[in-house]
Amino acid sequence: MTATAVKQATVTQSRQAPTGQKLCSKTDLVAFSGVAAWLETPQGPTQVALFYLPGFERELYAIDHHDPFSNANVIAHGIVGDIQGAAVVASPIYKQHFRLEDGQCVEDDSVKLATWKVSFKGADVWIEE
Amino acid sequence: MSITSKRNVIIIGNGMVGHHLVEQLVENGALSQMNVTVFGEERHRAYDRVHLSEYFKGRDAEALALCDGDYYASHGVTFNSSEAVISINRAAKTLATERGNYAYDHLVLATGSYPFVPPIPGNDREGCLVYRTLDDLDAIREAAQSAATGVVVGGGLLGLEAANALRGLNLETAVIEFAPRLMPMQVDSEGGELLREKIEALGVQVLTERATQRIEDGAASRHRMVFQDDKILETDLIVFSAGIRPRDQLARECGLEIGERGGVVINDQCQTSDPAILAIGEVALWNQSIFGLVAPGYQMAKTALSTLTDGDASFAGADMSTKLKLLGVDVGSIGDAHGNQNPGARMFRYLDPLTQIYRKMVVSSDGKKLLGAMLVGDNSVYDTLLQYYANGIELPKEPASLILPQSGAAPALGPDALPETAMICSCHNVTKASICATIDAGASDLGAVKSNTRASTGCGGCASLLKSVVDHELAARGVEVDKSICEHFQHTRQELYDIVRVEGIKTFSELIEKHGAPSTHHLGCDICKPAVGSILASCFNEPITDAAHIPLQDTNDTFMANMQKNGTYSVVPRIAGGEITPDKLVVLGQVAQKYGLYSKITGGQRIDLFGARLEDLPEIWGELIEAGFETGHAYGKSLRTVKSCVGSTWCRYGVQDSVGMAIKLENRYKGLRAPHKIKFGVSGCTRECAEAQSKDIGIIATENGWNLYVCGNGGMRPRHAELFATDLDDEALYRTIDRFLMFYVRTADRLQRTSVWRENLEGGLEYLKEVILDDSLGMGDELERQMQTVVDNYQCEWAGAISDPDKLKRFRSYVNDSRPDPSIIMTSERGQLRPA
Repeated sequence: MTATAVKQATVTQSRQAPTGQKLCSKTDLVAFSGVAAWLETPQGPTQVALFYLPGFERELYAIDHHDPFSNANVIAHGIVGDIQGAAVVASPIYKQHFRLEDGQCVEDDSVKLATWKVSFKGADVWIEE
Repeated sequence: MSITSKRNVIIIGNGMVGHHLVEQLVENGALSQMNVTVFGEERHRAYDRVHLSEYFKGRDAEALALCDGDYYASHGVTFNSSEAVISINRAAKTLATERGNYAYDHLVLATGSYPFVPPIPGNDREGCLVYRTLDDLDAIREAAQSAATGVVVGGGLLGLEAANALRGLNLETAVIEFAPRLMPMQVDSEGGELLREKIEALGVQVLTERATQRIEDGAASRHRMVFQDDKILETDLIVFSAGIRPRDQLARECGLEIGERGGVVINDQCQTSDPAILAIGEVALWNQSIFGLVAPGYQMAKTALSTLTDGDASFAGADMSTKLKLLGVDVGSIGDAHGNQNPGARMFRYLDPLTQIYRKMVVSSDGKKLLGAMLVGDNSVYDTLLQYYANGIELPKEPASLILPQSGAAPALGPDALPETAMICSCHNVTKASICATIDAGASDLGAVKSNTRASTGCGGCASLLKSVVDHELAARGVEVDKSICEHFQHTRQELYDIVRVEGIKTFSELIEKHGAPSTHHLGCDICKPAVGSILASCFNEPITDAAHIPLQDTNDTFMANMQKNGTYSVVPRIAGGEITPDKLVVLGQVAQKYGLYSKITGGQRIDLFGARLEDLPEIWGELIEAGFETGHAYGKSLRTVKSCVGSTWCRYGVQDSVGMAIKLENRYKGLRAPHKIKFGVSGCTRECAEAQSKDIGIIATENGWNLYVCGNGGMRPRHAELFATDLDDEALYRTIDRFLMFYVRTADRLQRTSVWRENLEGGLEYLKEVILDDSLGMGDELERQMQTVVDNYQCEWAGAISDPDKLKRFRSYVNDSRPDPSIIMTSERGQLRPA
């Protein structure tokens, strides 16, 4: 399979969780890396990659765990970095970069991952309304 | 421009070249300036004469046609088929056919050639035919219906084509050649002999040095051919294919200049002695030569287009190199294949009578340039040789390597030596030329080249080759090549390595704070982080699972397993030297059964277990470690395996204990992280069953110790390892490998295998020998000490991980739920699971 063979239709607008939803605790996160979590949505359960950048202006990101290029759920396992100032994650399979902020694929304008608003509430990680 | 001022251009002949001229006129918009009329004497419109023999395999005239039936009409070209031109009146600028007279401003002769029929008494008997046109083929087919045997007179290219056609008609076929061998123009006597053997093996009788004296009535067959020595051959059907002659009759009769042996003389603009008349294709004589191939004819057609439209293109001759498949036999001819046009040229010959392959190279007297080549039986090296010949590329030091078997041993061409047509990215079909074009169009770095051409965005296997080509082309254009590893560090990997060592920096964050390029984030990226992670591991060998190192690792290193395409992982325990006890084998089988893992033996003498879910990895490893296994580092840019043959312990030929040595080496260097993966091989004797010469480090036993080979590679660009040192004892072997590997670790670029590193190393193998064997830089002790540090600090990463609850948390697929990833779906194949 080539890197671009499987491109699913991507949701370009942030998906809405019904109300605020607790995903996990801060201690589940891995600094400067990602973990995956399940999120309940009106469309059913979906997988979210959470990235934690302690000490940075924005510390927490939630982005779709599904890699549309490989069609596997692996985004949380990619390497976090920044490209020209924007925080990104590189897919561990075919290495495309996705901006953590808005899910935009750097190499392919037509691909954008879903993102969610996410924040700490005390020691817990919450997806916001 | 009004219609009336259009010039009248008439093309006589509608063969492949004449048709090509029409296509050129159409495609270049020339028809706005001229009215074009084409005369063809055949009833068919232009067809593919090169593949004429396929007519007997079911391709009819329509399938062989070079254009659709309405092509000429739809472009406003008048096409008169079955209308032969009888005469040309140059003074009046008219020509005559049976149907009328036509005026021209410009005339193009594309009348081609006719088959030469030797003046043998009886050559006009019924059933004596030629092989040139579709009508000829119809005649042959009809005659074959009442024939059992057929003879082709002429053992050249076309003769063998004709013989193939007769075979296709189920005739018992013979080829008669006047010269002492087949294809005398293309091959020499050795090649001709091989060709004869191969063609006779197909059931075609080959008779050389036969001059036919007469053809008369046969006794058992229709004809009897009588030869110079009164020997005879009886046959039902005779096809003459003894060469071609230019069809220059019209030109002769109207007084154009004709060559001594025929052919209409043309200049570089394809004009005849009358500038209003052009000639192209096999009727034209340029510089005393007739070009009997279609490609030069097409070149002439392009030149004629230019001349007719007042352009300034010139015909400058053509390369007559050809690659043929005749009767299923490969024949290739490049440049001065016989070596008789270049005084002082040297010949290289390779003849394999078993596989029936013959290769010959004609090389300049200084050994640097390929002047010609001849191939019989196998054209697999034709393309490479043609690149050397056509591009004037300097030959490798040992030119013979190009035609010897295992041509992988041939030195790989560096980026500057690669021809424009070289395929760089085969996934996206990107050649060196298209890379150069995108650079010329403004792409100024690797990223831009990748996004413009898509090169290296498929399987990615060409990444380092692409980078070297891009770097080279940028440098060649005077662009200063930025050797920075990425936007976060204005340093090369080698510089970063030195900084880490000299300053004793132990974390990525310290390194990027002190030495990072100014940028809004100090996050690094997927280029610099794994590279620095590898450097830190090479220097200090701290566990990569430590918190400070985790964010640096590729997912494979993070989870100490190899991610597969569906997001599952594969598990490869170390099996040093490929030696494993039955008890351990049983455990591997049990673990694979328990966790539903697909099992495969690897090329490195290990067992790979595929399809493990992330959350199962710790348990799997718990069981493996319990049974005495340790991690195999299959996920790391590090020592992978030391492959071995069974050696003197069992083998009657072995001269040393290769398995014992392989285990010692694997245990010494396991855990060494390097710019790229490293593979070893140890063979117990010169028979080399461990294929050590295809490894980064290859060791072959001798009576006196070990011979050491370095910088070999399998994979995409195979490279044979080079002999580095001979007859080393065990201690000297370890010491030499310590120094060599640590020098590679210190100086190589990221993701650079030893083979590419070696090819880019200034001073080459000699320099490497000086540094490692003669210690010319005085750093031998230091290199050995560094390696000893790595060896002393080795610990099994998996053993460390499963005993640390914090590290184990990392192996949850989801932090808030233990349900498995539902998108991982397996199916069964050949008794095992695989991704659905």
